[in-house]
Amino acid sequence: MSEEDPNRFIADHVIGLPRSGIRDFFELVSAMKDVISLGIGEPDFTTPWHIREAAIYSLEKGRTHYTSNLGTIELRREICRYVDEQFGIGYDPKSETIVTVGVSEAMDIALRAIINPGDKVLYQDPCFVSYHPTVTLAHGIGIAIKTEAASAFTIKADAVKEAWEPGCKALIINLPCNPTGGVAERAELEEIARFAIEKDLIVISDEIYAELTYEGEHVSIASLPGMRKRTIFLHGWSKAWAMTGWRIGYACAPAELTEAMMKVHQYSMMCASIIAQDAALEAMKNGADAVQKMKVQYKRRRDLVIRRFHEIGLVCHKPQATFYAFPNIESTGLTSTEFATRLLEEEKVAMVPGTAFGKYGEGFVRCSFATGYDDLIEACNRIERFVKSLDASGSKISENAEVTRLSN
Amino acid sequence: MRIFSAIMNEVFKLLAEGERLNESQMAEILGLSEKDVDAQLAALQEEGLLLGWIPVLNPSTGSDNIVRGVIEVKVTPERGGGFNRLAQRIARFDEVESCYLMSGAYDLLVVVKQSSLHKVASFVSERLSTIEGIVSTATHFMLRAYKEQGYLIEQVEEEKDRLDVTP
Repeated sequence: MSEEDPNRFIADHVIGLPRSGIRDFFELVSAMKDVISLGIGEPDFTTPWHIREAAIYSLEKGRTHYTSNLGTIELRREICRYVDEQFGIGYDPKSETIVTVGVSEAMDIALRAIINPGDKVLYQDPCFVSYHPTVTLAHGIGIAIKTEAASAFTIKADAVKEAWEPGCKALIINLPCNPTGGVAERAELEEIARFAIEKDLIVISDEIYAELTYEGEHVSIASLPGMRKRTIFLHGWSKAWAMTGWRIGYACAPAELTEAMMKVHQYSMMCASIIAQDAALEAMKNGADAVQKMKVQYKRRRDLVIRRFHEIGLVCHKPQATFYAFPNIESTGLTSTEFATRLLEEEKVAMVPGTAFGKYGEGFVRCSFATGYDDLIEACNRIERFVKSLDASGSKISENAEVTRLSN
Repeated sequence: MRIFSAIMNEVFKLLAEGERLNESQMAEILGLSEKDVDAQLAALQEEGLLLGWIPVLNPSTGSDNIVRGVIEVKVTPERGGGFNRLAQRIARFDEVESCYLMSGAYDLLVVVKQSSLHKVASFVSERLSTIEGIVSTATHFMLRAYKEQGYLIEQVEEEKDRLDVTP
């Protein structure tokens, strides 16, 4: 490295950080025209009007100042009421919840509050793109826990035990999961909880997709016996309330942990935007109907996409939550990246290669079905044409298609 | 009225979302055959749950000579029939777009669509108020529409500017 090279100023652990695979794919897609994108990790709905209107009113009233570092007490009270009602976990609004700039910031301050350099952090893989880098930025060491299509991408307690090694301090889980749509299973969570207690692990549970659960119950690990005191519960309004751009979320945890997170937050972020906090307050008070309406549409789109994938001959488990399908594309004989790139080039449909979400994402692509019917129908037709063209060119898809039909 | 079957309910809910979908798209979305969708639509109409297929037009464009009158009507209810006979009689006029029984200061709310103010006026004076049992009418003219049957009119369009690929 020459003395002129600005790279010499960059910290080692940042230099070594890989760019998100999403970023590379984004650049490829945005250079093309007329692409139908199933690669978007956010709702296609605009934030419900009553929430936007509340934010406008907040501005009109001149609410333009800092709030408490923890967030406005009105919002914290609503958060604690909601978390108690929906997840069955009681937190004190005064000392056990903190409003953050999205769940991403909540994850960051949680990790920075608990990780000493060299501490090991278990996380499920495939997972949201930021987990491993955020661990690295907190000077921790990430250890991937494999989740698999065979178990519908839930986290198996055995996999946690297998991945565990001395020096592990924390466990990150995200159920329901972006990108796999995997959901929590009570029995597995109970066993994971027992293991966490045995090994004295702290659990960071990102439950941002909880409301978008179509079948079965959503269980929070924090609600299991003995877990509240060793869990940091993360949630926010981005997905179910369609508020991604507002950047607003929260963490709930025992007072000592909340205080530690507050210190990191206080010196980096001060507080979340007051306008976003006021909007979130409205979402908490009156947003349930809008959430329900959007959920009905996501579910219908899911059914459409999964049915079409099966017809096409792609093996795909039916996600019980989220707006992501995670089909297996191994039968095409292509890698995730090859599949996604060729599908984009040949049929102008964008799906994100599974490898963007971790090493265990190989063999899969993420399909976001948070898109209108027209586009979904057309995209599925194009995918079908693409897969058939591979089939015609001699790949081994047909034998696998039979397996899919049987497993349906 | 028959109870909605599960499929009928699905078809109905999809329709109510208000997206313009043809039968083959509806079939695709719901995982039904086109024939099934067709049968369900026919059943919805037969049961009187779905009344018709009039398009929702924008009242403020391409219809400069359309005048809408909203008429509050007070009537004397009849022994035995209440408001129904009169209301049904009024509703039968082609000029009448909708007709509702209301609570409050008046009894029927009648919406009339005509090609001129004069025509609305003569409908009220010659047809409506001459019917026996009608006590009084108060006619208001609609000036401008901001929302029509759930559709917003002439507002800043919402931008759908999501990035092409996001985590």
